[in-house]
Formats: sequence, C-alpha cells, structure tokens
Amino acid sequence: MTATSDRPVLGAAPSTDILLDVRNLRTVFHVMDGDVPAVDGVSFQLRPGRSIGIVGESGSGKSVTALTVMRLLDIPPAEVMPGSEIWFDGRELLRMPMNEMRKIRGNDIAMIFQEPLTSLNPVFTIGDQIAEQVALHLKVKQKEAWERAIESLKLVGIPSPERRAKQYPHEMSGGMRQRVMIAMALSCEPKLLIADEPTTALDVTIQAQILELLKSIQERTDSALMLITHDLGVIAEMVEDVVVMYAGQVVETGTVDQVLLEPRDPYTMGLIESIPTVDKRGGRLSVIKGTVPSPFNLPPACRFEPRCPYAWDLCRKTAPDLFETDHAGQHARCHLHTAAGVGRREQALEAHEQAMTVGRDLGGHG
Amino acid sequence: MTEGLPPTSPADATPPPVTPPAPGPDRSETDGNAPPPSPDRSAAERWTAGVEAATAADAQRRADNAAETEPILKVTGLKKHFPIIGGFLRRQIGTVYAVDGVDFEVQRGETFALVGESGCGKTTLGRSLLRLTEPTAGTVIFGGRDISTLTQEELRPVRRRMQIIFQDPFGSLNPRMPVSDIIGEGLLAQGMKDRKQRDKKVEDSLEVVGLRRDYTRRYPHEFSGGQRQRIGIARALALDPEFVVCDEPVSALDVSIQSQVLNLLVDLRRDFNLTYLFISHNLSVIQYFSDRVAVMYLGKIAEVGTVEQLYQNARHPYTVALLSAIPEADPRRKKKRLVLKGDVPSPAAPPSGCRFHTRCWLREKLGNPERCVTEEPQLRVLESGHQSACHFAEDVSDRTVSQVVQTQDVIDTAVAADVTA
Repeated sequence: MTATSDRPVLGAAPSTDILLDVRNLRTVFHVMDGDVPAVDGVSFQLRPGRSIGIVGESGSGKSVTALTVMRLLDIPPAEVMPGSEIWFDGRELLRMPMNEMRKIRGNDIAMIFQEPLTSLNPVFTIGDQIAEQVALHLKVKQKEAWERAIESLKLVGIPSPERRAKQYPHEMSGGMRQRVMIAMALSCEPKLLIADEPTTALDVTIQAQILELLKSIQERTDSALMLITHDLGVIAEMVEDVVVMYAGQVVETGTVDQVLLEPRDPYTMGLIESIPTVDKRGGRLSVIKGTVPSPFNLPPACRFEPRCPYAWDLCRKTAPDLFETDHAGQHARCHLHTAAGVGRREQALEAHEQAMTVGRDLGGHG
Repeated sequence: MTEGLPPTSPADATPPPVTPPAPGPDRSETDGNAPPPSPDRSAAERWTAGVEAATAADAQRRADNAAETEPILKVTGLKKHFPIIGGFLRRQIGTVYAVDGVDFEVQRGETFALVGESGCGKTTLGRSLLRLTEPTAGTVIFGGRDISTLTQEELRPVRRRMQIIFQDPFGSLNPRMPVSDIIGEGLLAQGMKDRKQRDKKVEDSLEVVGLRRDYTRRYPHEFSGGQRQRIGIARALALDPEFVVCDEPVSALDVSIQSQVLNLLVDLRRDFNLTYLFISHNLSVIQYFSDRVAVMYLGKIAEVGTVEQLYQNARHPYTVALLSAIPEADPRRKKKRLVLKGDVPSPAAPPSGCRFHTRCWLREKLGNPERCVTEEPQLRVLESGHQSACHFAEDVSDRTVSQVVQTQDVIDTAVAADVTA
C-alpha cells in the first residue's frame, strides 16, 4: 500500500486496435483479518470482436478482475491500487468519474452474471427491466424501449417474446433466465460482453444452448467477449485467447490451442492433467497436491511453488515473471522457461505428456 | 480379495475376518495436510480390530460373497412419487413423478453410474435404494434380500452394508458436531457403544481417506471443501459397507481437488472391494470412473450399457444429445453440436408416450411418428447388456446425427420449443 502520488502518471493510451487493455491491475480487499490481494498485477489485452477466456479455480481472482473492469466493487472494502490501469476504447476507466462510467456500463460494456435468478429483480417484469436500461442508455421513449426489449428477447431465441416480456423472473426456467440476462446485456449492442460463469448453474443440454447462442450472437454483433469460467471445456469451445489465473496472478497466456494442448506453466499442466478423459481411464488421475494458498499467507516467491512437482531452490527465492515460452506469444510464469530451467523443462514436459495418457499404457480399463 | 493386500498380513488370520483393507500406497500424498504414509499393515490391523463388533453380520456377508454371480442390487419397478400439496384445503393437487418405474441390476464389484440432468430423478433414486426416502412402489433386492418391505428395525443391519456419500460437503456435515461424532454417529447407531473403540474406528477411517488421525476433535468449518468430502467418505466407510451410493461426490469441488477425491474413490474401491452406484451429471467423470452407465430422463432410464457401448455407440437420441453437449477441453475436437430444443419438461406433468418426444431430434427427422406420443417405449435389449428405451433405436447412427446437426439452427431451436410449452 505505497501510494505513489495522488495523481499517478498514466501510461500512453493503447493503439486503436486494442479494445480493452488491462495493465498491472491490483485489487486489494481490506478486511478484518488483513489485506487480501485478490488481483495482483494482472495485465492482458483484447482486440475488438475477439474473445478471451479467463480461467482459474475459485479464489483465483478471475471474477474480481471482471468486477474491477466494470467498477462494480464496493470501495472500501476493496481498493484498486495505484498503478493499475484499465483502458477501454481509448479511455481510462479507473479514473473516470462515476457518472461517465455509468454511461459506459451497460452501454459499451455489458456483463452476464453466473446466477441468473439473483441478478434479476424479482418484482419487475423482465420486459420492464430490459426496457429500463434501454431507455436510460439510448435515451429513447418508453414505448420504443419496450419494443427494443422484445426485439432483444427475440434475438436470444425466447419463444413468444411479447408474452414472456410481461412475465416475472420466477416464472422462467434457469436457461430462460440466462437468455433474458443475455438479452439485457445485448440490448444496447455493447462493444464488450463480459460473461462471468454464464453456464455454471445450468444443465449440460441447456449449457449447450446458451454457449451456442453466445457464439452465434457474438458473431452476428461482432462484439468482443471476455468469458470467465473454471471449465476448460467451455474455454476450448468458446474463445480464441486464454489467460490462466492462480492466486491473483496471471500464470499463463496464449491462444486456446497453445494453452490447452501444449500448456507450459506447471499449474496449467496440472489442471489439464487432472481432467478425467478416455485416455486416462484405468490409470490414476494426476493431482495437484495440497490446496490453494490462503491469501493472508502467500508463498514468498512463486505462489505455486508449494504445490509444484517441478519446483527447485530458485522457485523459493525469486518470484518468476511471465516468461515467453518456446511458442511465440505464449507466456508462462515459471522459471522453467528461463536459462536456469534448461534440462528441467524437458523433463517437466515429458512428465506432462505421460500424465495425459496414463490409461493408454494400461490398455484402457484396468 | 484385494490386490493391494500384503500377502502374509496377520490381519488375514484374525478370527472374525472382514476383508482386511490395505490403504492405497500413495493416497495420503494427495492431500497437503495428510500425514506421512504409515505402513500398510498397521493400518489394516487397526481397521479390522475395530469392526469386531458386528461379527454376526459379517458371517452373513461372507455367505453373500460366496454368491458372486448374484447381482448385489436388483431394482424392479421402483417408483417414487411426491405429492404436491396446495390450494385452499391443503389437498393434493398434483404429483411429481420423480422416479417412475426403474429397473436395473448392479453386479458385485462394478461401478454403476446414473447420469442425467437436474430433476431427472437420479438423486431420488439413489436415496430410495437406501430407503432414505421411502419408495412409492417397486422392490429393491440387496444381497438377495428384499429390503423394500423391511421395518426400520430390520433395516438397521442392512444399512451398515449400504452407505451414501452426499453431494454437498458443506451441507452434509453437522456444523455443531466434531468429526468424531459425525463419523461415530453411525457406529453408535450400529451398536458400538464403547466410546474408546468407536474413537479408534473413527481415527482409522480418517486415516484411510488420507486425513490425520488427530482431526477427530475438529469441527467441519475447520476443513476445506476437499477435506470435508473426505470426511463424508470416511463416514460412509466407517461402517465397512459393501455398497456405496456416491451422489455427485465431486461436483462441488474445484478441478484440482476433484481429481484427488476421484483417485481416493478408485483406491477405496480396490482396497475394500466396494460396489459403487455413482450418480453424476458429469459425463467425463463417468467415462473415466465407471463400468456401466444408465442414462436417466424424467424419472425413467433411457439407455443402459457399458461405458464403451454408450460413449461409442449410443442408441438413444437423448444420450446422443447429452454426449454432444459436453464441452471438451480439447480444441482439436471442435465439434458441431446437436442442440436440444427447450427445457426439460416438469416431472409433475411428464409428456405422454416417450417422455423425450417433445425435445427429440430423431422424431423430427423421422417425420414426427405418432407412436412416440401414444406408446411408451420400454427398455429393450439391442446387444449384450445394451438396452435402449426408444422405438427407433436402430435409426440412431453417426450418419443420422450428422445430418441433423447440419440443418440445425440454435435460435430456431429455442423458438420451436414454445410450440410444445
């Protein structure tokens, strides 16, 4: 908590082909027991019309990252530390007055939340809720806003939208509610759509509907998508680029093929190894030993070191940066990818390969 | 007998022998807080010593073991209907057909999985088997004995042999009880009155699931989700059961913790010769973990088969859709999905005929045959051990699936659903 100055110097605005540029984002929660560095130095970029996935387990800081971008966190207890910057469409969001932020929120950036029941107001009809936002942001008459609400309900495939618009959230199923949330998010044609675990609360066939819907709508409207999830399967199908988070930090970035097929950070490798697949049937699943460290008591250097099967002395002394890996554009927060890791890296990759196919060696089911 | 058993273990010679368990070699490594692995034999000895209390039941059990070919569980026509009470006079105004006529068998030593979406009745079915909810109709034959007609008192010794691991590790442990009471409660109910003996047994079962023996005085809130699920498993195993219903044991856990618990379940299955009924909605976990699978839809079984039969050669349109819906963490396998229309109908008003006909892609492709609406399809055998409840099971093939997928539009799919709603 070293406040540098009241008005920290801002970096230069990103070039116009970057829609969202998150730079060194640090969000801390001041709570009774101390400070929780929920997001600790996160940086990533998103181009217009592209999609990025943020993956991590519970407590990794992925949702807080999204909420900070939307500026939806209560300050205090949360504090966005000096030096953090979020550039959206050429403007810096964190230092923007709240009334301007409100114009961007819902209009240019929209968000879909995990639990569609609690994110809808139970005492208003869904049509009213969508129309309210349309009237507010697009400054149109009530009647036009209502028509627009029905149009967006139609867009997300809600049957007989005129009738549905007059219903209350409790009259709909989970999948329908999530469609309503998407309709609401899309009603103002945002440039960026943030979806925080949009299908986690849904059944697998309904999840398939919602994911296909998100995909086709993103293609149609050409908005950028930031998808937050713990499900690597959803990531594989939905996004082009991936950011993996662990204990508040970005541990790996790359394209979806790079990260899921040839992961280079030991955490990502372990995560992918632990997913049950056919190839592992009959063999033991490899596990990431231990649990996520407490945010009050983070390991001094590399945060994954206590659980890492490949760690050595260096990992306990020096915190690793995001290093470029052997693939262009793919970065991993691990010393394996420095000169010091030569030799160990090859061993690690071999161990990973083996863990991915344990069942195959046993000839399937044993 | 189990493979992991030390060949000349003295536990084998102990007079009232239960199958002496040997904990898996590296189980304790899977948990950060686990103790250093103890020698296999001492753990096994401690374990056997603790279960002497129930000698009589064990004799019965050995007799059952002899009848290896008999299925351990045979379920016939099982139904569970819940009344919907409402209206001015608080009368029954409807019925939820949660489980509506289910038949299946579970062989000793196999892992039988039940898969389906929420509301399909898989959890109710699991609970009805143990009579945690009283079934409305049908018989459950467990170890050669019909347990659906037993009185509560007669049921008690049977309960020891069939246990359940619950889904929610936060909701299923009483927050006001220390671990010793949570696990020991069942032992007490089964007549293990001696506190010392009970505590020892509790410690043993903690060790078996990879937790420290001295955790007994702790309360549930002191544990992480993965550790709590281990406590739930220890509770089920303390009674030394043969048959365990695992009701979504890993769905509340993070991916990295999930694999720890799955490995533990695999080890326990091997070491204690357990038979699992594994309830899950996660098809990848089932594929990894089980031998045979039953797919449930709206209170009925749609398809049963081995994992290979089901995953490679599904013969029910619902199974095909379910499999196609799983997002796979492999970007190389980007598949065009078969998206089902609309939502699962309410189990209080299940569709007539085939319950899946309102969402069925195959029926649509075949020109909406009337038979699906009027006649309820029964489970029929297609090949050895593979059963499907579809009138047109023979028409389900890769070719038909890809034809349907080609012509499908997501948005239209959802709109079309309203016709039936």
